[in-house]
This record gives sequence, structure tokens and C-alpha cells, in this order.
Amino acid sequence: MAQIFPKWADEVPRQLLLGLIIFATAAVAGVWYYFSPEYTDVGYAPEQPVPFSHQMHAGQLDFDCQYCHTNVFESKHANVPATETCMNCHNQVMTDSPRLEKVRESWETGEAVEWIRVHNLPDYAYFNHAAHVNVGVGCESCHGRVDRMEVVQQVEPLSMSWCLDCHRNPEQQVRPVEEVTTMGYEIVNQIEKGQELVSENNINPPTDCQSCHY
Amino acid sequence: MKATKYLFIAAVALPMILASCRGQISEKPPVHPNMNMDQQKRFEPQERNEFFDDNRAMRQPVEGTVARGNLKADKAYYQGINEDSSFVDEIPPELTKSFLYRGKDRYEVFCTPCHGIAGDGQGIIMTNNYGFVPAPSFHIDRLRNVSDGYIYSTIANGIRNMPSYAQQIPVKDRWAIVAYVRALQQSQNATEEEIRRYDV
Repeated sequence: MAQIFPKWADEVPRQLLLGLIIFATAAVAGVWYYFSPEYTDVGYAPEQPVPFSHQMHAGQLDFDCQYCHTNVFESKHANVPATETCMNCHNQVMTDSPRLEKVRESWETGEAVEWIRVHNLPDYAYFNHAAHVNVGVGCESCHGRVDRMEVVQQVEPLSMSWCLDCHRNPEQQVRPVEEVTTMGYEIVNQIEKGQELVSENNINPPTDCQSCHY
Repeated sequence: MKATKYLFIAAVALPMILASCRGQISEKPPVHPNMNMDQQKRFEPQERNEFFDDNRAMRQPVEGTVARGNLKADKAYYQGINEDSSFVDEIPPELTKSFLYRGKDRYEVFCTPCHGIAGDGQGIIMTNNYGFVPAPSFHIDRLRNVSDGYIYSTIANGIRNMPSYAQQIPVKDRWAIVAYVRALQQSQNATEEEIRRYDV
């Protein structure tokens, strides 16, 4: 009677097991690595309809962030400035620049400039700008050095674990409220100073579901 | 023996190559594996709504409507003018130290680009010669002698080449800025007597 299994079948279970281990590891690692916002969202830098340079306006001209984003301290939503804000200066400065074609068009017709949103949280997470800047979370802590960006890009993942890292240890990031819009704020004893500010301003960041997800 | 060496190199090199893919700059929108409730059927501020001709989700209120609690009957406070349409002389809100500091803060955000930190019209927009009509210094006699309401009206309605800042600065902050501009004018025009009074 002939053998049912040939000799090489002795190796099969071992190879199967090894293959499974490798495959499972690769699958878990791949999902963990490539399905996280660290990979999917960070570095998103779409081309805007108007090639607006934050590096020029916030960096070289040293405009304060609030000049254009006026409502960050009052509102849940950080507003993109209206065309009117652009025209404060650009009715006289660079009036014939082709880069500003769309802004002038918008001013004449009343159509909106269709900016592309870069930092877009899912609609089931309710982020409030005012709640953060009023207790001293700086712009650059979440948006990076915008004053050095020719094109705005997302530098932080804005993932839930990233949010919670700071909500659990706010002293790592908080700064005095008057320094919120300062770009390049640095301090040697951040933790010490942070703890001081946390107790002073009674900062008590929520880590429960309903605070952000309602 | 050789195979293990290659495997070892691969084991080190592969994660390094794959790890370098994170945080690359891309113009493509983020791919979220599960988009179920990411973008819902409602409109957030400044979102796009194709139902309307101008594609704006935010609609302009009808001209002449008044929202609750927004009658703005107090002309002196909201427009800076008296009943006979002359500018008010003194700022209506109470002048406190914190109010003045608020004014300083707002002045440095909205006004310094042109008027300069000292109010001498030497802001960065002026000194770099971008072709903007020069801003006058606050320290000339004409502007020292105008009433507070005049400065308020300038912020709210604009004047000649300066556009209106009504859209950017709320009413209370406008008055705070007026107070701070007054303080700046004082600082450049203090008499010796006043300086002696305070330990400068």
C-alpha cells in the first residue's frame, strides 16, 4: 500500500505555523501603523485656490494669528477670514498680482473663495477652540510652526490618543495665556511652570466620553 | 549562513524603509478606513452647501432684522455719537486698568501692522514700502484734539484709505483700543510735571 502523505509533508505543519505567525504579525503591525491618522492624515497639504503663504504673513510680516482668525478666543470654530480681511491691505498692496486673482474676483462678485480645509476632525468629535486657547494651549502645540509654512499642512495626527495624551498630562503643553499666539515659545522648566499654570487656572481637562462626543 | 545574514539585513532595513513613509507631504485628502460618521449630513460653520447659488452653508441675515438682545439702542456705546450726531467726548465703558490692558492687547493684534507699536504710523506695512498710503502718527495735534467718538468711528466705519474693522473687532474691544490709543498719545506728550508725579 502506497503512502498517503509524501515525505515532504513532514515539513508542512511547521511551515504553516511559521507562515501564520509572520502573516499575523505583518497584518497587525500593518493595520496599527498604516490605518492610524499618524499615517493617513499627517502631512496633508492640499493646494489652495489662492496660494496664501502663512510664512509671509505670519512669519515675515509678524501678523498676530488673531488678525485674521478673529474668533478663536470666543468661538468653538476658528474662522477662516472673510475676503474683506484680505482686502484690508490688498485693495492697495499688490493690486495686480496674478496670485490674488481669485481674491479680487471674490471681492467683486461676492462669491466665496473656496479654501480647502486641512484640519478636519470627524463630525462626531466636537472640538472647541475657545476652550483651549483661553487656558493657554498655544497654536503651535497643535498646528505646528505655521509661521514657517509656505503651504499649510497637518503636522499632528489629531487622533484620539494624541488628544488624550495632553488631556491626561496638560502640564506638558500649557503656557501663559498671553503667549498662546507666540510662535517658537520655549521654556526650560516646562513641567514645573505647566503644573503651576494648571493649578492656577484650574485646568481640569476631561477624559470622559461625553465631553467630546456628546 | 548567508541566508541568515540577508534576513538580518532585511529585518533591519524593511522597518526603516516603511517607517519613512509616515508624515509625508501629500496633496491627496486623508483616507479614513471607516467614513461612516466622519462627514455627516449637517453643515458646520463655513462649510459648503450646494443647495444655494453661492455654495455657502452660512446665510446672510435679512437686512434690517434685529436679533434678540441685539437692539443696539445705546447710540453712544454702539456708534460713538450723541443724540445730535456729534462724536462722544469720553469713552462710555468704565475705564479700568484691565480694560486698558485689553486695549493694548487688541491694539497690538489689529493696529500695529500699519500704525506701529508706538502709534507713530511706522508699522511694518509702512516701513517696508508696500505701496500703502502712509498712516498718520497719533502724536500730531489734530489727532490729540479729536474726541474719543471720532477714533471709535474710525475703527468701526473706516476713514479714507483705512477700511472698516467692524467685522474683525467687537464693540467693547473697539472702545478698549480707543482707550489705549489715548494712553499712547499721553505717553508721547507728557509734561515734566506729570512725569515727576509718577516714579518713572
